[in-house]
Amino acid sequence: MSGLRYTKDHEWARLDGEVATVGITDYAQEQLGDIVFIELPTLGKTIHQGEEAAVIESVKAASEVYAPLAGEIVEINEKLQSEPALVNADPTGKGWFLKLKLTDPSAYDSLMDEASYRAHLKEYA
Amino acid sequence: MMGKTTSGHNGLDFEEPLLFEQGAKGRSGVDLPRPHAKKNRLGGLERKEEIGFPGLSEPQVIRHFTRLSQKNFSIDTGFYPLGSCTMKHNPRLNEKMARLSGFASLHPLQPFTTAQGALEVIDWVAAWLKTLTGLHAIAMSPAAGAQGELCGMMTIRAALAERDDARARILVPESAHGTNPATAASLGYRVDPVPGDVRGRMDLKAFRSKLGDDVAAVMLTNPNTCGLFENEILEIARAIHDVGGFLYADGANFNAIVGRVRPADLGIDCMHINLHKTFSTPHGGGGPGSGPVALSEDLSAFAPYPFLVHDDAGLRLIEGDVDAPAGTKAFGRLKGFHGQMGMFIRALTYMLSHGGDGLRQVAEDAVLNANYLLATLKNELSAPYPGPCMHEALFDDAVFRKYGITTLDFAKALIDEGFHPMTIYFPLVVHGALLMEPTECESREGLDHFIATVKALVARLKAGQLTHFQEAPRLAPRRRLDETKAARNPVLRWRSNA
Amino acid sequence: MRYLPLTAEDRQKMLEAIGVNSVDDLFVDVPKQARLLDSLDLPDHLGEIEVERILSGLASKNIDAGSVPSFLGAGLYRHFVPAAVDHLIQRGEFLTAYTPYQPEISQGTLQTLFEFQTQVALLTGMEVANASMYDGATATAEAILMARRVTRRDHVLISGGLHPHYRDVARTLVLGGDIETLPLKVEGDEELVSKISPKTACVVVQNPDFSGNIKDLSGISVACEAKGALLIVVVTEALSLGAIKSPGEMGADIVAAEGQSFGNALNFGGPTVGLLASRERFVRQMPGRLCGETMDVDGRRGWVLTLSTREQHIRREKATSNICTNSGLCALAFSIHAALLGEDGLRRLALINHEKAVLLSEKLEKLPGVDVITQAFFNEFTVHLPVAAAEVVERSAERRLLVGVPLSRLYPEKNEFKNHLLVAVTELTEDDDMEALLACLKEVLP
Repeated sequence: MSGLRYTKDHEWARLDGEVATVGITDYAQEQLGDIVFIELPTLGKTIHQGEEAAVIESVKAASEVYAPLAGEIVEINEKLQSEPALVNADPTGKGWFLKLKLTDPSAYDSLMDEASYRAHLKEYA
Repeated sequence: MMGKTTSGHNGLDFEEPLLFEQGAKGRSGVDLPRPHAKKNRLGGLERKEEIGFPGLSEPQVIRHFTRLSQKNFSIDTGFYPLGSCTMKHNPRLNEKMARLSGFASLHPLQPFTTAQGALEVIDWVAAWLKTLTGLHAIAMSPAAGAQGELCGMMTIRAALAERDDARARILVPESAHGTNPATAASLGYRVDPVPGDVRGRMDLKAFRSKLGDDVAAVMLTNPNTCGLFENEILEIARAIHDVGGFLYADGANFNAIVGRVRPADLGIDCMHINLHKTFSTPHGGGGPGSGPVALSEDLSAFAPYPFLVHDDAGLRLIEGDVDAPAGTKAFGRLKGFHGQMGMFIRALTYMLSHGGDGLRQVAEDAVLNANYLLATLKNELSAPYPGPCMHEALFDDAVFRKYGITTLDFAKALIDEGFHPMTIYFPLVVHGALLMEPTECESREGLDHFIATVKALVARLKAGQLTHFQEAPRLAPRRRLDETKAARNPVLRWRSNA
Repeated sequence: MRYLPLTAEDRQKMLEAIGVNSVDDLFVDVPKQARLLDSLDLPDHLGEIEVERILSGLASKNIDAGSVPSFLGAGLYRHFVPAAVDHLIQRGEFLTAYTPYQPEISQGTLQTLFEFQTQVALLTGMEVANASMYDGATATAEAILMARRVTRRDHVLISGGLHPHYRDVARTLVLGGDIETLPLKVEGDEELVSKISPKTACVVVQNPDFSGNIKDLSGISVACEAKGALLIVVVTEALSLGAIKSPGEMGADIVAAEGQSFGNALNFGGPTVGLLASRERFVRQMPGRLCGETMDVDGRRGWVLTLSTREQHIRREKATSNICTNSGLCALAFSIHAALLGEDGLRRLALINHEKAVLLSEKLEKLPGVDVITQAFFNEFTVHLPVAAAEVVERSAERRLLVGVPLSRLYPEKNEFKNHLLVAVTELTEDDDMEALLACLKEVLP
């Protein structure tokens, strides 16, 4: 899980140049249970930090995924439409949600790092 | 465990296929004369394609639905302590009265002169509800509780619009039923949740801090969804009124206080009532309901069409602006025709049967039964709030978690014991909630049997018999069902393979 | 009291177990000034004999559509309900069951909902249907909201033939945005089609329309598709679907209908059962309950409520609707009646309705001054009288005939409809009823 940054709402981001891949953490997928449907945003949309980017539906709950950073949505993971279980199986790999071309790539460093996120998780235990 | 039989049935537990899997051409359950097909004015739009309805004879249809009914748990079958649902006995006299042809065969658009008896029923139910709530008028038309909430909130919104004071925010306790914020949001309000305090009531301090002149209303349930009476309700009413807002009450739990407390005396401006809860109209597997709304004098002017008026000619319904009396500011119409008349007849039958004295006894016995459960089970299960409670008792899953099962597992084990589980995972403010509402219709012997069963189950849990719970139910017509599969690949109808 | 099992002894024992002296101690949280010390001013309890006497007295004050010749329609229709239906829906396991949230012990309700959803889809010619709405009018309003969600557009175009109650309910429940309603008249499609734009979420058309007129909606469907708008077809007489082309065949995207004609008595207007059906790709935007097929841990087929994350108890503020109940028992009655009818019975019943309507329309045409102005119809048509229809209706009622619904009852503001009468005919209309109607009109008309 190295090289990822996190939000307190259990989203992760992985930066590659100016583009960040975004998904939800293992903790989040476990809390949600079996995921049945994902509503992804439209390509090309510009999104602010903290704005609702996607909706995840599990059998018993529906949850919002918030954009960890501001940017333009340049790619969405179409596979999730037919295989939402990918998010449960591989949340930080094949279960990625979308890719954002960041408005301000330097903002990436303001997100929580691995250690901070683990500490944050301890509060939930 | 079910044995394997040749037929596929298990004694009186039948495996019953779908209607569509049993049909045959040339079979019908009705005998109708053959149409002459001489003349036709269908404008060339005859339906030629096969519709696909299967053909079954009457004996097959009766057997099909009889077998299906036997797979259902029901109030008639056993104890059904669902919290806030008020699963009380559904008297059969109600059914008989609703089927009198003078009611059942009445068309809503007959001249009012031919329907005076029916209009009197509506008037009478409204009169009882006025007396029981102490409020000024009753909007009878909402189709169900959720529509009643919408109705109440729409009158509030209309009242505010009239004084040019449209506001943006609604305060809702975190423990509220989901329809409350859904209703508020559907009207364009921003929903601001108010946390509960350690005593299980809405936190008055937090409430006061959220108040402002942009708050249209607070939506309160009283008793609340934890089964507790909001004892600071007079202060809450005063506070919301001081900022010019309204106090809306969700009347789902009216069974706890009917005949003993009048909502108007608590400062409530409007309250919906679920006839299918407090007033025994049957749940029917999910509906129909009926949700009349009691309104204060200020809000009455905004009540929707249609509403009843008396004049020299008798009773009639005002159905729109054209014949409405001066001063009517109805916000609109919520459903077709006049409301759930069939439910009004059942409710009136129930009200007359109980009388004022009987209804008061209903509340007392409902509260007594729930406290009996709380008092006898709070050592076995974990009760987050000490008593007394009102008509329902709340527990959480602290004991279950300690020993390694979930609330769901415990509920499924109750199924094998012949009880319908209580409400689980609601309200959300308590972890793994179990909410039990026995109602006044449960005998002491019945409660004792339930209590003994719960105690025995907890003993099994403490003895480490976890699979007893995790693999339950074993004895129901179906074992645990795969809800993930149903949601990932929805199959919502039968399709022919042809 | 016959519904309350606790005895004085029970109460005493239970109070002791709880550790309080009286039940008043359990109401300690009620502010003193709000406690009612005595019973309210209401009569005391009554036995069955007395209650039945009172209710029967009220029922007998009505002249019901079952006891006199009746030609009332306008959105609800008097049909014959086979005896088996009422027996089955009164089985306690159906009548007194709750919403099937514990599916293992609710397979009865769930299987019947799955069957109902299938029947509604087949009848309307659509891919998927939900487990019922309150009624046709609220189903229509919810269909409009659904179309707005699906298209993310605002403009709603309502054709003039929509039942006025349905129009009013749509205006009440569909908040904000641009809702355009055309007036009722015998219209071609041109005006309606001309108003469809790339901003249009949906076009709402009733067929047969409120005046009874049936038309081919394929032209409107094509026009909608060209602009990306959804076609919502409304049906108030569900039995018409046994005789005329289904909305699905005509290109509907969503169908909102009233199902009362199957299995449900008139009941003075409620409860009834709303039907909602649509194309499969819209199902996640569909309000109300949905029942889906699945398997249990032993591999046996079973059913559960599904896609519930759209609903109020989970999404709360973000729900597709605030709806909680459906019309369960009324939907079951619909389903049982449909099962008894089957394909042949349904088609026969529909044609019998139509034939009788055609017969009556011809007889009425022969009366001087009386014109049947609807060209193509199913079992209901509009008649133009030489005098105000409302008066004809009142004077006929005095003669114990319910001759129809005057359009002025639902269009009180439209002077041009004063002389119009809606006449409905069903399989229950006897030849004697028709003769009585003609005789009555001959007396009452100038």
